Amino acid sequence: MDMAAISSFLGLKMNFDVFMGLLFDGFGFTVGIFLITLLGSLPLGVIVALARMSKIKPLSFVTGIYISFMRGTPLMLQLMFIMFAPYYVFGMTLDANWKYMACAIGFILNYAAYFAEIYRSGIQSIPKGQYEAATVLGYTSRQTFMKIILPQVIKRILPAMGNEIIMLVKDTSLAYVLTIAEMFSAAKALAAKEVSMIPYLIAAAIYWVACLIIEFILNKVEKKLSYYHD
Amino acid sequence: MADEKEVLLTLEHAKKSFGENHVLRDISLSVEKGQVVAIIGPSGGGKSTILRCATMLETLDDGRLAYGDLVVCENGTYGSKEVQQQAKMRFGLVFQDFNLFPHYTVLKNVTDAPVTVQKRNKEEVEAEAMVLLKKMGLEGKENHVPCELSGGQKQRVAIARALAMKPDVLFFDEPTSALDPELTQEVLKVIRELAEEHMTMVIVTHEMLFARDVADYIVFMEHGVIVEQGPATQVIDNPQQERTKAFLRKYE
Repeated sequence: MDMAAISSFLGLKMNFDVFMGLLFDGFGFTVGIFLITLLGSLPLGVIVALARMSKIKPLSFVTGIYISFMRGTPLMLQLMFIMFAPYYVFGMTLDANWKYMACAIGFILNYAAYFAEIYRSGIQSIPKGQYEAATVLGYTSRQTFMKIILPQVIKRILPAMGNEIIMLVKDTSLAYVLTIAEMFSAAKALAAKEVSMIPYLIAAAIYWVACLIIEFILNKVEKKLSYYHD
Repeated sequence: MADEKEVLLTLEHAKKSFGENHVLRDISLSVEKGQVVAIIGPSGGGKSTILRCATMLETLDDGRLAYGDLVVCENGTYGSKEVQQQAKMRFGLVFQDFNLFPHYTVLKNVTDAPVTVQKRNKEEVEAEAMVLLKKMGLEGKENHVPCELSGGQKQRVAIARALAMKPDVLFFDEPTSALDPELTQEVLKVIRELAEEHMTMVIVTHEMLFARDVADYIVFMEHGVIVEQGPATQVIDNPQQERTKAFLRKYE
């Protein structure tokens, strides 16, 4: 394929393969942020949800404030805060790679709060009788949660989780405020260089396709879990 | 000592209140091996609370609870977690609304607790479960999930699930109240068969004819006290207390 021909068709100055290479370099960061956030926040969310529902009042209270703050303030602001807090608050000098750490911490803490609320609503929707049946049969509270409650919760919260995960695909673009070269930053730089809307359009298409793939996977999982209803 | 009856469950001076509402006021009850006890009485009289306290879903405020020689609660003070866990292995409970695990197949509903909790051999437990399911008239249903079953079938799975733990005493909390009359009969038939095999059972029920038919011993409860108790035919056919008479009249 003639890359120069595609470029001239789209009105781009640089070769199309170079152009796409730059965009996909950014996409690599986007995928990285996406995966690290899920890897951290999915399990952390369970812990946060359990803390929120804890009978220990101070723990539940503090967790409630954490969730409320994370959901009530912009993620962009949280990212900036975590990025610069070590310098302004603790007077530390910032390592060049700190922004990646700050990005991971910010996204994980933010998304754990959202996931925790979804987990909580799911856990609280399980009938009391399920706990009672498990208790009488002698399951420990850990076994009851892992074997009886959690599998049912996952089925119930899947649609809500799907929404949140698709949000995350697009939210990764906020990492540009930390000067991380994810796909949106790459598109922005290319748009400036080329004086063209084409980089934005192609980036949009890539985000969209990524979301479609995720929706496809979620539908598969949902189908797999539809072997029962309650 | 063949006629010396072994007492499997003892409740003595059991008291339980929810706030100002005294649900159990000084209840004493003992269940012997092989006995079938039916607890009858109007709603809100404390019948279900007795079962919930005996199965440790609720805690007694005062009194004694023991399974054979295993003392679970003395003067309202409960024994260690280990003691409570041991006690749980001595009874089973069948709920009014089944409470099967919807994400497990029928077979897994029956086998999971013996394997997970009692750490028994999986193949052995599965073989026993198949026999139990057959006995419950559920042959061929082992790979179905609960949502594919009728209410009567669900309740029979619940009975099999409780029996798989090999309990000494089996409690039923209004086992047919969520079922229509036709399905009620198939569940009662199973309970009747268990009675014939001398399974020790305590049944809270509104089915008077069934209670008279199947139970050896009847306890009539109202307002948190046992008004009258005795052999089934005596309590149902020849009640001594006015309150019992008035209650039974409604079922004639």
